[in-house]
Amino acid sequence: MSTSTLTKEDAPQPVEEPVLRKPSTRKRLVPYWLLLPGIIWLVVFFALPLVYQASTSVQTGSLEQGFEVTWHFQTYWDAFQEYWPQLIRSLLYAGTATLLCLLLGYPLAYLIAFKAGRWRNLLLVLVIAPFFTSFLIRTLAWKTILADDSVVVEALNALHFLDVTGWLGWTEGDRVLATPMAVVCGLTYNFLPFMILPLYTSLERIDGRLHEAAQDLYASPATTFRKVTFPLSMPGVVSGTLLTFIPASGDYVNAELLGSTDTKMIGNVIQSQFLRVLDYPTASALSFILMAIVLIMVTVYIRRAGTEDLV
Amino acid sequence: MRWIRRNLVVIAGLLTLAYMILPNLVVMAFSFNKPKGRFNYSWQEFSLDAWKDPCGVADMCESLSLSLQLAAWATVGAVVLGTMIAFALVRYRFRARGAINSLIFLPMAMPEVVMAASLLTLFLNMGIELGFWTVLIAHIMFCLSFVVTAVKARVMSMDPRLEEAARDLYAGPTQTFLRVTLPIAAPGIAAGALLAFALSFDDFIITNFNAGSTVTFPMFVWGSAQRGTPVQINVIGTAMFVLAVLVVVAGQIITNRRKKTATA
Repeated sequence: MSTSTLTKEDAPQPVEEPVLRKPSTRKRLVPYWLLLPGIIWLVVFFALPLVYQASTSVQTGSLEQGFEVTWHFQTYWDAFQEYWPQLIRSLLYAGTATLLCLLLGYPLAYLIAFKAGRWRNLLLVLVIAPFFTSFLIRTLAWKTILADDSVVVEALNALHFLDVTGWLGWTEGDRVLATPMAVVCGLTYNFLPFMILPLYTSLERIDGRLHEAAQDLYASPATTFRKVTFPLSMPGVVSGTLLTFIPASGDYVNAELLGSTDTKMIGNVIQSQFLRVLDYPTASALSFILMAIVLIMVTVYIRRAGTEDLV
Repeated sequence: MRWIRRNLVVIAGLLTLAYMILPNLVVMAFSFNKPKGRFNYSWQEFSLDAWKDPCGVADMCESLSLSLQLAAWATVGAVVLGTMIAFALVRYRFRARGAINSLIFLPMAMPEVVMAASLLTLFLNMGIELGFWTVLIAHIMFCLSFVVTAVKARVMSMDPRLEEAARDLYAGPTQTFLRVTLPIAAPGIAAGALLAFALSFDDFIITNFNAGSTVTFPMFVWGSAQRGTPVQINVIGTAMFVLAVLVVVAGQIITNRRKKTATA
């Protein structure tokens, strides 16, 4: 480097207006440099795997002889024909669990947002704290709670509640464990915090004066809820139901630990095809079918619920 | 009856809370059980054996320490990458912003089993051996979106004029970032880090697919559901629960004190 350039750069330069208005190329590249590592990570380990899975789903062959892409789309149809009961069951269980989460979670979120006063922080801690005991350990605890000779099941039997659920096909005889009700109970339990927290966030944002205004206009508490509170909490309802339904539809832990062979969900099938049967094409096709169904349902739901800005 | 009707929300809310806490209480109670046979699902008699010897089960504490290391590294990775993305998304206008927002939203909006399975097909096709590294890669991948969301929320509510003020006072870019930007963004980054740690530590589905013969703590618990559940699992579960509550309560006390000194 010559001395002349050094002195040029060292000399105090007058502030140039054009430089301020149009940032230098180096500055314009800053966001891209910030994004690059994280986006590469997501492209390579999230997007690219989906491409690989797509190619796996149209392969044929066996583990011994190796797999080859033969554009065998028949796998999709065969997998669907064989496993549609598990697919329907997953959507049914996940849907029921989501609805139950909404019904159970709303009062608690409402209680924390509006009625808790100085207990608010304690209640929030109690909602989040169960998270910290591994969810598998907590799910195993349901085996104890729902065991045949447990207090809960004996009480349900004494109240003839299980006669009703048995008639509906949710339970069998006088037991709960290994029935659809146990699986839905586990799913509801596991995903409740994912419903409560978004609900709470959107309820907390509501201006309390709106409730007063509704009361001043002679709205009953029920009308106030129906016309003011609930519509304003819609963003929370939408993100809560999505955060519950999507993971619940692919879950296989609850069905495995609390259910029986008659309550297998699509997650169980994908898991065993991938890790035990080692039929990769069928497993890939099934997980694409699940993804497509969930994405379509979610898109339709978001359109109808009318909230686009979720994140 | 009128009392019940008036307090319906409170009663329903507290019942839900009871439903959420019940399994934790069962886990806690059964950490003092002395089970007959391999499974710890029914009450036999009171005993402190498991608490006296928490690592008495073969491989359990090894899996625990593996999970802690994994969660720590996954948190570091996801927080660094996620914070950078969050700043870029909030502070800069550039092309492809919409596409990048979707790319970040999608991992949160996909059944975990689909992500787990697709990642496995990548590793199988590439001939990469499954183990610690593949699990770490997967954990950073799915924690990333949650960190971005948490940090973004905080950075969005930051006043950029504070940084301008720092620059007006002749702080260099590094100084501004370290002494102004970072401290203000810290709560968001901390929330993201806590979330990433908890998600990684507790993850089962993605780990189950991509771990090979590596055994994390959730995988140990899963295996024990088939082979026999040692009481020590309940001890660890209880300890985690109590520790988390203590940390949150301590955090509350500290923020309350700060608020008081700030207003005083």
